[in-house]
Amino acid sequence: MILDSKSPAGPLAEKWTKHKFNSKLVNPANKRKYDVIVVGTGLAGASAAASLAELGYNVKAFTFHDSPRRAHSIAAQGGINAAKNYQNDGDSVFRLFYDTIKGGDYRARESNVYRLAEVSVSIIDQCVAQGVPFAREYGGLLANRSFGGAQVSRTFYARGQTGQQLLLGAYSALSRQVANGKVKLYPRTEMMDVVVIDGHARGIVTRNVITGEVETHAAHAVLLCTGGYGNVFFLSTNAMGCNVTAAWRAHKRGAYFANPCFTQIHPTCIPVSGDHQSKLTLMSESLRNDGRVWVPKTVETAEKLRKGQIKAAEIKEEDRDYFLERKYPSFGNLVPRDVASRNAKEVCDEGKGVNETGEAVFLDFRDAIKRDTEALIKAKYGNLFDMYQQITGENPYQTPMMIYPAVHYTMGGLWVDYNLMTTVPGLYALGEANFSDHGANRLGASALMQGLADGYFVIPYTLGDYLAQTPPVKVDASHPEFAKVSREVKDRISQLLNIDGKKSVDYFHKKLGKIMWNECGMARTEEGLKKAKADIQALRKEFWSNVKVLGQNEELNQSLEKAHRVADFLELGELMVDDALNRNESCGGHFRVEYQTPEGEALRDDENFAYVAAWKYTGDNKEEELVKEPLAFENVKLTQRSYK
Amino acid sequence: MSWVKKTLSSTLGRKLIMALTGLFLILFLTGHVSGNMLLFKNDGGEAFNMYAKFMTTNPIVKLLSYITYLSVIGHVIYSIILSGHNKAARPIAYAESKSSTNSSAASRNMGILGTVILVFLAGHMYSFWFQMHWGEIPLVNYEGEEYKNLYAVVQVAFQQFWMVGLYVVAMAFLAFHLSHGFASAFQTLGLSHKKYSPAIQFVGRVYCILVPVLFASMPLYIYFTSQS
Amino acid sequence: MKLTLKIWRQKNSADTGGFVTYPIDGISKDMSFLEMMDVLNEELTEKNQDPVHFDHDCREGICGTCSLYIDGKPHGPLQTTTCQLHMRSFSDGDTITIEPWRAKAFPVLKDLVVDRSSFDRIIQAGGYVSVNTGGVPDANEIPIPKTMADLAMDAAQCIGCGACVAACKNASAMLFTSAKVSQLALLPQGQIERKTRAEKMVAQMDAEGFGACTNTGACEAECPKGISLTNIARMNREYFSAVMSSENM
Repeated sequence: MILDSKSPAGPLAEKWTKHKFNSKLVNPANKRKYDVIVVGTGLAGASAAASLAELGYNVKAFTFHDSPRRAHSIAAQGGINAAKNYQNDGDSVFRLFYDTIKGGDYRARESNVYRLAEVSVSIIDQCVAQGVPFAREYGGLLANRSFGGAQVSRTFYARGQTGQQLLLGAYSALSRQVANGKVKLYPRTEMMDVVVIDGHARGIVTRNVITGEVETHAAHAVLLCTGGYGNVFFLSTNAMGCNVTAAWRAHKRGAYFANPCFTQIHPTCIPVSGDHQSKLTLMSESLRNDGRVWVPKTVETAEKLRKGQIKAAEIKEEDRDYFLERKYPSFGNLVPRDVASRNAKEVCDEGKGVNETGEAVFLDFRDAIKRDTEALIKAKYGNLFDMYQQITGENPYQTPMMIYPAVHYTMGGLWVDYNLMTTVPGLYALGEANFSDHGANRLGASALMQGLADGYFVIPYTLGDYLAQTPPVKVDASHPEFAKVSREVKDRISQLLNIDGKKSVDYFHKKLGKIMWNECGMARTEEGLKKAKADIQALRKEFWSNVKVLGQNEELNQSLEKAHRVADFLELGELMVDDALNRNESCGGHFRVEYQTPEGEALRDDENFAYVAAWKYTGDNKEEELVKEPLAFENVKLTQRSYK
Repeated sequence: MSWVKKTLSSTLGRKLIMALTGLFLILFLTGHVSGNMLLFKNDGGEAFNMYAKFMTTNPIVKLLSYITYLSVIGHVIYSIILSGHNKAARPIAYAESKSSTNSSAASRNMGILGTVILVFLAGHMYSFWFQMHWGEIPLVNYEGEEYKNLYAVVQVAFQQFWMVGLYVVAMAFLAFHLSHGFASAFQTLGLSHKKYSPAIQFVGRVYCILVPVLFASMPLYIYFTSQS
Repeated sequence: MKLTLKIWRQKNSADTGGFVTYPIDGISKDMSFLEMMDVLNEELTEKNQDPVHFDHDCREGICGTCSLYIDGKPHGPLQTTTCQLHMRSFSDGDTITIEPWRAKAFPVLKDLVVDRSSFDRIIQAGGYVSVNTGGVPDANEIPIPKTMADLAMDAAQCIGCGACVAACKNASAMLFTSAKVSQLALLPQGQIERKTRAEKMVAQMDAEGFGACTNTGACEAECPKGISLTNIARMNREYFSAVMSSENM
């Protein structure tokens, strides 16, 4: 079976315009007869809910947070790309499209990526009109910077809090619609399942996090804007609450899950300090502009460092290995995220890690401070240095920073067609929750762009096309399917509460995270993945017989919430391993040790793997079925990356 | 005029009343302290008594005095309303609070400071203002005109050590009340600007010390000069 | 490190609640405060006791979800969020008192978790520019002086954690409300609805039962994002000029 992406025919640059014209419209007077459910209120969810409400649809927006403003989009630091070419430096929609396709290592759909680049310009207009305080030049016009190794300055930013400002912009638009009565907001309400009737998504089942009440909500369409699943690794830069549950429930109800193994590892995170660690903190990769990455040349010296017998400053120049500069003379410390990450892991695996746990490399500003003075470095990176000091208790002006890669973003997600519809009609996925635009690797400052593109400028058109073909008759939750799914949800809750085992939920989550990180992280081998699959299956079995969830359903019960999420991660983890095993090539964030060039670079296999791997759920504890969406590249030439 | 009622029952409207009445009372204090400086004049109280008569008879001053009474009453009533509202905003108190690390004691205790000042004010008004208007005060004659000899009343009052002590302590309370109240009134009115706010704060700091010190020096001066 | 934790426990909003003391051992100075709480909760789970519930999410100081009143101060001894507070700020043998935010407008839901939806309702009352998606001018057609954009950004940095309310002796939400009023009052995009916004947001703030500001400055001193009191003065200005001149009766 082959998946149809429904990408419109015709020249790339005209696809979206044509598609919009060909989409059916809902009569303005009829819009109020349609109910739409939006799950998640981050960039994608809030922007979609607001835009659809503005059009006249009745929107119900759900978030498990206490407020829409808490969504993890808020933590994005760097910026948002847009092909405005305000800097007159040669940017264009096509160049942004090209960079994104290439950056994604040729594993994304051309038509989607081009549309993303095309609407990027409108996003900036929209956000400015909302009052988002982007950085400005003295003349009052918008400022840009170059980001993540891009050759043009197309990144718009609001200090180091771009995600926050964009989310608050979308949140304000959403709040306005709440005040207008067009959006009904359900905070502290977690989606537990999707209800599919006659093959169409017709609602969801939720749990009120405070009262434990299981409720049903019916609508003509359901939008999942529920973010990524990086927390399958336990430790990641994601917020503690980020989870795959909504997407996974949808997957089990018939939505295919695409490219689950594509995860992005970010090289400049603060290393793990011990077993108590609950999350990892990202530091802007701009630090690599001035910091030099190194480890001691010998394992013996590294051991002494780890035992605290010597200090970094005492290691002589000739005993240091600036491994990125050595291996990549032309890009040096500025190689892409995946390359920098993998190399750090390699040297640590060789036993040259520099902190107590042996999983850290130095990022040294000594030479930069000598060259530029401490004051200048402070002006550039002061807030990052402060943050580092606050977390580690060490002064990075005096001792080199220590960094280690961490899981940051998941490119995989629910498979969607050009309309952002999953394989279940009426069920859509937006933002990080879908797989669509980043291929095997995401470029810096592109996540915010995609979330808002999907919510503000894509879904208002594509959803209309679907609804126009759905009769405007009232839907309610009286259909027996709602009662059935609701019962299943309640059964699962009581099952979790009644296992009464010995181990906490976190115990399982941490164990799963270790398996995923070791075998399905930065470097993957067939042998390791096979072992991981068996380990996950065993762990999942143990979970369902030995997990301890205290308390009851009818109260705020954070252990119960976590248990649901971890149960789903335990299933997703196995699928990620399956996907990584299936993809016998290396591309972007997916590095299979068996497939590398003689120089140790990722070796793509375009002949056999230029496809999206979408997985179809076939039943509990059964192997999932692989369905392919072939990727055709008509507008770009596939090349091998090289940073030597 | 529903909008006026609405505004004055909003927290900001009530704060506006606190700020405006407070500022007017600061103006009053300035006038009061300047006039009372005549107590230092070594003329047996002639200038002070003439000033006192002027203050009780001049129609413009009379008008101002009514505004002052209203200001005191308004300031007190609205502080009670606001304090009640503020208390209700936190029905359960913290078991432990380190508020001294984030705010000044005066700013947190304006109500207590104000209550003490109000009690003092009642006594103060009874001792002098009431006596001046309706009490039996000896008369003096300057250049053929009769004057109430308030100066003598003041002299008698401040020869008692406890009275002097009471006044000095009360002025300390006033100083702390003003130390927050002065700049706070400007902040409430929205008069905050990085060019001018430092000046307002400076004047506030000087004012909150200068005026109470001058007031306190009067009973002290009388007490000590009468002892020698 | 060995510590004694005195923690507010409350089953639900109807329960009266009270303090429970827990000894805890083996705490490393490198742990964040919330990781210390994680350790406690693992121990409680082990002993079949209900874990302590507290709000938290990003654990990098930006989402504004975490909210503990630690040893008499919102977010603890440093001017940062609780999630960014590390155990090296405490000493071996310390007793740490942990309470929920206390305000009528922030009712306790369970243990240390409070309901801050009143903040959302204040924003819903007018904390936005009424523009629909699409049909807006090109971004560079709205030039904004850099100084104004920077001031607006200073105010916009608010993370809505509620530490200002928690710190204020009157449980006033003036700093929070004024940050949004200021941001939009400083930008040309916010001018059209300027008066109505100030009036409505202040009215909603009052309706939620927050206290009045007495300019103690505690909010500014405790705000993890350094939101300035000048925003409150600006909001007062905005409000007074709005009620005097707007068309709203």
